Amino acid sequence: MRRVAILASAVAIMVAALLALPFGLSFSQQEILVFLIINVLVVASYRLLTLTGEWSLGHVVIMGVGAYASALYSKEFGVFVPVAMLLGAFTSALIAMALSYPLFRMKGFYFLIGSFAAGEVIRLLWKRFRDPFGGPKGIKKIEPMPDFDIGIWQFDFFEPTSYYYFSLVVVGVSLWVLWRIEKSPVGLTFHAVHWQDRLAESAGVNARAYKTLAFVIASGFAGLAGALLAHYIGTINPNSFDIEQMVFVLTWVIVGGTSTIYGPIIGCIALTTFNEIILREIGLEQGRPLVYGLVMIASVLFLPKGLEGIVQKAFSTSLFKSMLGAQTRGSS
Amino acid sequence: MPFLQVSDLVMRFGGLAAVDGLSFSVEHGSIHGLIGPNGAGKTTTFNVISGFYAPTEGEITLQDERISGLRMFEVARRGVIRTFQHSTLFSEMSVLENVLVGTHLIFRPNIFAAIAGWDLADRRGALARANEVLDFFGMLHLKDARAGDLAHGHQRSLGIAVAMAARPEVLLLDEPFTGMNPEETKTMMGLMLKIKESGVTILIVEHDMRAIMGLCDLITVMNFGKFLAEGPPEEIRRDPTVIEAYLGSSRHAA
Repeated sequence: MRRVAILASAVAIMVAALLALPFGLSFSQQEILVFLIINVLVVASYRLLTLTGEWSLGHVVIMGVGAYASALYSKEFGVFVPVAMLLGAFTSALIAMALSYPLFRMKGFYFLIGSFAAGEVIRLLWKRFRDPFGGPKGIKKIEPMPDFDIGIWQFDFFEPTSYYYFSLVVVGVSLWVLWRIEKSPVGLTFHAVHWQDRLAESAGVNARAYKTLAFVIASGFAGLAGALLAHYIGTINPNSFDIEQMVFVLTWVIVGGTSTIYGPIIGCIALTTFNEIILREIGLEQGRPLVYGLVMIASVLFLPKGLEGIVQKAFSTSLFKSMLGAQTRGSS
Repeated sequence: MPFLQVSDLVMRFGGLAAVDGLSFSVEHGSIHGLIGPNGAGKTTTFNVISGFYAPTEGEITLQDERISGLRMFEVARRGVIRTFQHSTLFSEMSVLENVLVGTHLIFRPNIFAAIAGWDLADRRGALARANEVLDFFGMLHLKDARAGDLAHGHQRSLGIAVAMAARPEVLLLDEPFTGMNPEETKTMMGLMLKIKESGVTILIVEHDMRAIMGLCDLITVMNFGKFLAEGPPEEIRRDPTVIEAYLGSSRHAA
């Protein structure tokens, strides 16, 4: 029982901290906080795909599909923005399902390159067709979230703080769903397909169907993240979703580590903080790709398990054992 | 009516016929051995039955339903479950999780139920089945161990446990005794008799003659991809063509 109490209070403290977070920050830092929370969803959804052992280079483009779709639904058809966001996520999932037919005929390295090619095709379609995608300049003046009032807080979505709270709820629910999936028999099957696809098939698992399922779900949540982004910054273009962005996502995921659900999230938060505080301080934020490259090499050399390895070590120290481990035995 | 029937099976790789017109049938509830010298095409036959390869010619039927040419998971869904040579396991996962994957066919996971939490009955059922199978194999005390850390004999047992978790009609065992010491072989033979008693038909591909002679009801011998002989162990042991295939003819030996 005490273990539950400890966990509950830890969650309560975390929620309070997340709610209080924007108040200590400047306006531009609050904006970065919004991008950060959106990126958390991007890396967390990416991890669901990596559970099946496949790594894609098209994830950011799929996120862009959600952004473009949601922007167009609200702009062209006047769909209510939150509904447009959900439809955008759904569109990403559908595109991913169509792509999975050719892509999952490949594995490993070939899948990686195939996903890159597929992503570039989509991106070039945005560039080529001015109607409806706006060509290289992209889509401008995307409908913002409509304001609303819940009594204690007036949501004016030009305020980063309001959008931050909104994103926090959306991303929080998404992470909960991703976590439920991973901890379920479906998640176990993803792992099985990753470690031994032949053995999994011999146990009756349709490995390709499960890879497709992971790809479609991951893409749906990436699309949702894209839609959140589009209606916040109000303008998107094909270069917002290019390979450089994808490399950032990969860096976050690799530096964070992929063996736990929180690894990529830690990587994303740590590197964004590092980026915004240290690099900005010394005036090196333009050199982000360079620094990220160095960070990636350093983490592969010195932190092969990623930042999550450090966290796991910290949790296995005697202090935490005495708080949680001993209590579990006592209460069960 | 034959239970599992292999008819006129041909499997060619390029110009080479690894299996060349093989036919045999397996009786329900028996332990059937498939033996032959190295390169006889046993493992290829096995891979065709389990759906890993589609045959070039011929067909395989289970209770008169054609299963050849289906993909591996589709063959598995019809009740024919295979194990692998060597220790093919989910080595990064725990013993219990390995067996839980084996219950996939009985308790199909559903993504929406999983998110909403409506699949608790299924999860409990899968866990109960996994525990039951581990108990059957005497490995319940090892359920939290990492599969890759187990001793060799236990890894082989676990491979069979994963297959058994799906309640197969036919169990295909690919060289289950390879690399086992006599003690482990004896334990494994005991397990197989127990599996047979539970009503499962077993087809074994094996090198270890001692184990297979003591275990099988009927043995099919292949050589160079072709059917050579078939009969109960005592007959096969004395069959001159079989002895010749294994040891070479007396003229060569002289």
